[in-house]
Amino acid sequence: MTANKTLNMITQRAVEEGIAMEIGKTSKQYFDACSIIEMNEQDMKELGIMRNTNVRVKSESGEVVVKATVGRQACYPGLCHIRQGVWANQVVPPRTQSTGAPQYSGFPVTVEPAPNDKLKTALELVQGAVGLWKGD
Amino acid sequence: MSELIIKNGYVFDPISGLKGDKADISVKDGKIVDKVSNKAEVIDAAGKTVMAGGVDIHCHVAGPKVNLGREMRPEDKFFRGEYRGGILKQGKRMEMGFSIPSTWKTGYAYARMGYTFTNEAAMPPLLAPHVHEEFRDTPILDQAAMPVFGNNWFCFEYIKNKELENNAAYIAWLLNATKGIGIKVVNPGGTEAWAWGENCTTINDPVPYFDITPAEIVKGLIEANEYLGLPHSVHIHGNNLGNPGNYKDTIDTLKLAEGTKAKNKFGREQVLHNTHLQFHSYKGTSWADFESGAKEVMDYVNSNKNITVDIGQVTLDETTTMTADGPFEYHLNQLNHIKWANVDVELETGSGIVPYIYDKNIKVCGIQWAIGLEIGLYAKDLMRVHITTDHPNAGPFTRYPRVIKWLMSQKAREATLDTMKWKDKVIAASNIASMDRELGLYDIAMMTRAGPAKALGLSSIYSLTKGADANIAIYNLDANKLPSDPELIEAAFQNTAYTLKEGVVVVKDGQIVAEPPKYTLWTKVNMPENAQVMHDIKEKFSRNYTVNLENYAVFDEHVHNARAIELDVA
Amino acid sequence: MPKVIENVGCPYCGCSCDDVRVTVSDDGKDILEVENVCAIGTEIFKHGCSKDRIKLPRMRQPDGSMKDISYEEAIDWTARHLLKAKKPLMYGFGSTNCEGQAAAARVMEIAGGMLDNCATICHGPSFLAIFDNGYPTCTLGEVKNRADVIVYWGSNPAHAHPRHMSRYSIFPRGFFTGKGQKKRTVIVIDPRFTDTANVADYHLQIKQGHDYELFNAFRMVIQGHGNDLPDEVAGVKKEQILEVAEIMKNARFGTVFFGMGLTHSDGRNHNIDIAISLTRDLNKVSKWTIMAMRGHYNITGPGVVWSWTFGFPYCLDLTKQNHAHMNPGETSSVDMAMRDEVDMFINIGTDAGAHFPIPAVKHLKKHPWVTIDPSINMASEISDLHIPVCICGVDVGGIVYRMDNVPIQFRKVIEPPEGVMDDETLLNKIADRMEELKAKGEA
Repeated sequence: MTANKTLNMITQRAVEEGIAMEIGKTSKQYFDACSIIEMNEQDMKELGIMRNTNVRVKSESGEVVVKATVGRQACYPGLCHIRQGVWANQVVPPRTQSTGAPQYSGFPVTVEPAPNDKLKTALELVQGAVGLWKGD
Repeated sequence: MSELIIKNGYVFDPISGLKGDKADISVKDGKIVDKVSNKAEVIDAAGKTVMAGGVDIHCHVAGPKVNLGREMRPEDKFFRGEYRGGILKQGKRMEMGFSIPSTWKTGYAYARMGYTFTNEAAMPPLLAPHVHEEFRDTPILDQAAMPVFGNNWFCFEYIKNKELENNAAYIAWLLNATKGIGIKVVNPGGTEAWAWGENCTTINDPVPYFDITPAEIVKGLIEANEYLGLPHSVHIHGNNLGNPGNYKDTIDTLKLAEGTKAKNKFGREQVLHNTHLQFHSYKGTSWADFESGAKEVMDYVNSNKNITVDIGQVTLDETTTMTADGPFEYHLNQLNHIKWANVDVELETGSGIVPYIYDKNIKVCGIQWAIGLEIGLYAKDLMRVHITTDHPNAGPFTRYPRVIKWLMSQKAREATLDTMKWKDKVIAASNIASMDRELGLYDIAMMTRAGPAKALGLSSIYSLTKGADANIAIYNLDANKLPSDPELIEAAFQNTAYTLKEGVVVVKDGQIVAEPPKYTLWTKVNMPENAQVMHDIKEKFSRNYTVNLENYAVFDEHVHNARAIELDVA
Repeated sequence: MPKVIENVGCPYCGCSCDDVRVTVSDDGKDILEVENVCAIGTEIFKHGCSKDRIKLPRMRQPDGSMKDISYEEAIDWTARHLLKAKKPLMYGFGSTNCEGQAAAARVMEIAGGMLDNCATICHGPSFLAIFDNGYPTCTLGEVKNRADVIVYWGSNPAHAHPRHMSRYSIFPRGFFTGKGQKKRTVIVIDPRFTDTANVADYHLQIKQGHDYELFNAFRMVIQGHGNDLPDEVAGVKKEQILEVAEIMKNARFGTVFFGMGLTHSDGRNHNIDIAISLTRDLNKVSKWTIMAMRGHYNITGPGVVWSWTFGFPYCLDLTKQNHAHMNPGETSSVDMAMRDEVDMFINIGTDAGAHFPIPAVKHLKKHPWVTIDPSINMASEISDLHIPVCICGVDVGGIVYRMDNVPIQFRKVIEPPEGVMDDETLLNKIADRMEELKAKGEA
């Protein structure tokens, strides 16, 4: 079995996410742009994660399945990034340090291999969370 | 056709020569007329004082720096009492803020004091659409704004090259583009220098990289103003504001107007308006030996008829200072170390904002208070000396009634002096304690409406002469029996018995009762297009600005109820 | 004949570019070509003329499906629910013109509710810092014409503001900066080696969440205590801190652009507060300015409009109706959602469904939810009522505020789909309807 390691997660904008958002949040482009996690290769190795396979990310406030990548804008070991959007927000803690702004950057997550788990669409995640999801 | 008559009031209107005579004022369709029919609605003003609507020649009430002040000072809304849950909403919208009130409160509070016109003192041209958005959301008040020219790169170049016609054509173009009323100058050259962290503290300090001095800038702008014949004169906040010993720089600035005569069709006689003179009348070499220079400055003003001034009276409140004089605000912040905002604006101007507490327990604040009142009391021609607080710099405009009280009552001045911790030092550093002059209602009418209206070239609109807009204030003051308690004078000027805007009663017994349309006044210069200037403008926009030329001029749909003051230049 | 419209404003990021060229079809309904625009802006204009635009309000039915209704019904439904709710919240305005934001203020003042904008989850902490410490800033043209040192701290314009570096900061040649990039020093401070870091002269790879310490280190150096620094601060070597601090001190004109990397991390407003303090320190030895990299083309707008309306830029509590109150943490959208204080939610010109942490979305969804937005998004797909509106900059004009508070006048380039209202009209109709209902005593 692989190491049990806590990573520090951040979520930020990306141009791919920006373009896809304007095409539409139910589009394939948005799905492709935002349902990925960017990690350091060393962490992937330690955690037994293969590139472009699915992983389960868990935080204090939720969990989500995304696809693991290294990404062009490198994270140092221990840091990981899911682009701003629906998938990231399944795990972003809503605590605000009494400022109104949630903890979008800098919160602990665990990342574990989940090669057989399916990625959910944006609609499934959000409608599912509020009991409106009726299936495809 | 609506008709109205205000009967039996004591009418003070220096423009038409009424000096408190009992007279009836007739109004028809929003204008002052000679007479109305017997069907006219009657307002009984017996035992009351009647004046034209107040005219504020210099205040910061709308636009980017005012609003950044509101934004950065939530605590300005925390002054309790009437501002928090006290008064029921009178007008359509809630009223918020003390020293930098919301636009809605601005309109309502001026109307309650009997004012119907304000002149926004500094509009950065690039940010003009912001000023006009706030005008739209300021009820009742007619408003105008002066774009700032004293640090404008176009003017620098035209003045340096002695291209008067091009400078004038550019100014006319910019007044049109920003829907501005006249030429404002703030710390000429000094604000441009501030973009490099420097300043111009005398009229002869060279402006970095531009090979020009403040004196040349001011002279060049006066010349262009009179070439165009604008309704208002050049409106100056000179160099070295707020520093001990600056009265000499002030007189140097005033002297730049010597030999120039006003040329215009609006009845204006001055060629230079020096605003908030209090801040420019300081003697001494440091804050330790700081003293009043009001006498020296007013001696000069009294003997030179081509100059008008406004006071900029310190009201001894916690307030928010804000000016296009960026270096001044930085230096003020170095004194009080409270928060500091600064906005340098490309090719045009800059600004700074610092909260300030004029504490009556601080000697310098007491002396500043004395200097402002001395300026009013030394004045020989009150048509040329106007009441302002440089709102909100020396205090909020809502204190005008208090300033009036101080000018009208030595007793009131003494009472305030008595509350000061360093009373003796304030008395020693000024002449305020020995001045027994007490102004009357006619004087106040000159200082708060007739004088400013004339200086702005707007007395045909803002007075009680035939054809003027029927903007009228009726105060609960019996001109023949002024109250012996000065507090009652302040109370009467704070809330009118009636305020009328174009013949509509907007305030009754100190309460907002109607919100009729208001105007944005601006100066439209009709002159042939100047190809050289248009070329220069295009070039600067393509190279240096970050906004496209075609998006720079305020679109007509963003100017609220525009009313042009037109003039032709051949 | 297709028509070319120039000087068009782009409704995407806080750059609010106003030099877009749009070619429009003869009938004024289609956009054929868009030039001078980034990849993201292109998509907005494309979407604007899409045949799939929603043209009528849609009401959720008991079976979960959505049914078209008239604007009149939608306005009445919204007005009645606003009046019925004790603490309704209207949130969003990232994609609304100022005219719409002013109308929204009127709606919520009549309703007696809460009014908030996207800054609450973005640059809200920057507001808190500005309240405490001020804001020494400038317009972007000052940077273009004068700046020789540029710092991007916790911001990544290569991704979030695609034309920022080319129009305003690194690359343009200005009046005193005729050599453009060659004479500018660019410093990027970010935990990731971002695409922005890739074009910088210096990349300080800071340990995520330790920005405050690094600011403090810079302040120590500027104030003359550089020798006292430990060997490493926040993952950055002392030598590198000293070297970069020297560059800052010797700048003729410098600007710090900061972003979500500071406002979303531990410390929040304190990170911005010390950034402002550093800027103040630097002004004693040089000339420095600071600017928030505001995300959307008019997310600066609501802060501006509501400051002149109420005196506060965001997190407004208007429930008392005769005065406003602001207390972020208490009156901020996500905090109120998490405490279940809100009993109606209007999502306007944003997508809380996608951009709020999901627990907040779940709480808000317990109550009536209205989405006012041109597009199908996550908020619209979970709402009880979705009201489509025009797209600012595409089929309605209006004033917007760029990240540097400069008002930009946007143009309309095509006709909106038939019958679709703009935000201002819709909101004023809702306000009028509430006044009518109140007058009739139905509220």
